[in-house]
Amino acid sequence: MVLETIALVFAGIFVLVAVFFIFVYNSLVGKRMQIDNAWSQIDVQLKKRYDLVPNLVETVKGYAKHEKSVFENVTRARAAVMGATGVVEKAKAENALSQTLKSILAVAENYPTLRANENFKMLQEELSGIENKIAYARQFYNDSVLTYNTAIQTVPTNMVAGIFGFTPREFFKADETERQNVKVSF
Amino acid sequence: MANFFDLAAENQRNSYVLMFAVFIITFAAAFGFSFMFFGDNPFGLFLSVLLSAAYISITYFASDRIVLSLSGAREAQKGEFPYLVNVVEGLSLAAGVPAPKIYVVDDPAPNAFAVGTSPKNSSVAFTTGLLSTLDRAELEGVAAHEISHIKNLDSRMATLAVVMVGLIAILSELGLRSMFWGRGSGGPRGRNGGLFALIGLFIIIIAPLIAQLVRLALSRQREYLADATGAQLTRYPAGLASALEKIGKAGSYVRRASDATAPLYFANPLSGMQFLSTHPPIEERIRRLKAM
Repeated sequence: MVLETIALVFAGIFVLVAVFFIFVYNSLVGKRMQIDNAWSQIDVQLKKRYDLVPNLVETVKGYAKHEKSVFENVTRARAAVMGATGVVEKAKAENALSQTLKSILAVAENYPTLRANENFKMLQEELSGIENKIAYARQFYNDSVLTYNTAIQTVPTNMVAGIFGFTPREFFKADETERQNVKVSF
Repeated sequence: MANFFDLAAENQRNSYVLMFAVFIITFAAAFGFSFMFFGDNPFGLFLSVLLSAAYISITYFASDRIVLSLSGAREAQKGEFPYLVNVVEGLSLAAGVPAPKIYVVDDPAPNAFAVGTSPKNSSVAFTTGLLSTLDRAELEGVAAHEISHIKNLDSRMATLAVVMVGLIAILSELGLRSMFWGRGSGGPRGRNGGLFALIGLFIIIIAPLIAQLVRLALSRQREYLADATGAQLTRYPAGLASALEKIGKAGSYVRRASDATAPLYFANPLSGMQFLSTHPPIEERIRRLKAM
């Protein structure tokens, strides 16, 4: 009788622990997937910006033909993004492209007729919209990493995380120039 | 800091409680009427269950369309409002929710609202007055506030409350009238008829009061919380604070807003004196944002 009771108590505890493990494990997987999803959202926006560049270059070229070096820089930076491999190198290439895009818009400032062009205005709004979205997507990525990293390092979820090998993720660190870039309103 | 997940869990729970309560109330009302006119009839019971189930499902699935059409909102095309579309899409990325459908209401008063029963199926509407009054940072603040409502399921709870309970208030008023009109022909039967007539009358009188109370339970705190979580998204509380200042100065009274849809709005859309206000004072919201 006593043995049976003890066995039942242990069985009960075991079930509770198992339920706890399943619950925590699933929530950690969910958080990890949110990070991956956030990362792909950044990529979507970077791709959109990449696709926008030729359009922008063509439009500006129509008004400012002789600013050759600027166009060359943009085209080169865009090609570099395409050729870059690995997260760090890719981030560098993307930042370089951001800088050259800023310079092309600075050039456009000198051409009032270009600034008044409807197509150019649309592209400009589109570009600043995408730049904003990139910034927000990165912010969400970092928020997701923060939630996940906090979860796997705090009691009691850290026990489950340790057993199943959940490792901390890296934050996306924008460099100083990039951070300024976000604040600029074109 | 306010947490999206806790708020969402609370709203989810409350919306189930609300739907259950509305189901019970509509059932009681329908069965009360059936009893008054047809007596103790099992068919009346069956029909009452069916009716209240139909009421819940129709209001649930059509709630956003009901509110949008009541408010005179039209869908914003990207070609016409590129700036607005970009702002809303950007902030949904920041919040990690699917981009809501974007609507515009032609009204000079600056105001906005979010509606929808889930983040996957939500809409935000902005008045043309809001778009012409605010700059980008301010518009981002307002959009972030609305997207916070969507993310923490405030808009689910508010939409359901507004449509389900608001319609009860309208329908019970209709019921009250029909009861006075129908007295001569139909009339209660059976010995318990008088009792059920009393219950019916009680529901009819109490429904608008319930509506008022539910709407009041919705507002106040949730606006402060959406301000806080919205500022978390933009990382810039000053934008929203300055938007509130401008809206406070311009006046937020929207023509197409009604007593029923008022709680959904960003700032109080009703003019004149109100028995119980659904929105916290703008000055207090600004003060809290500036203290962040």
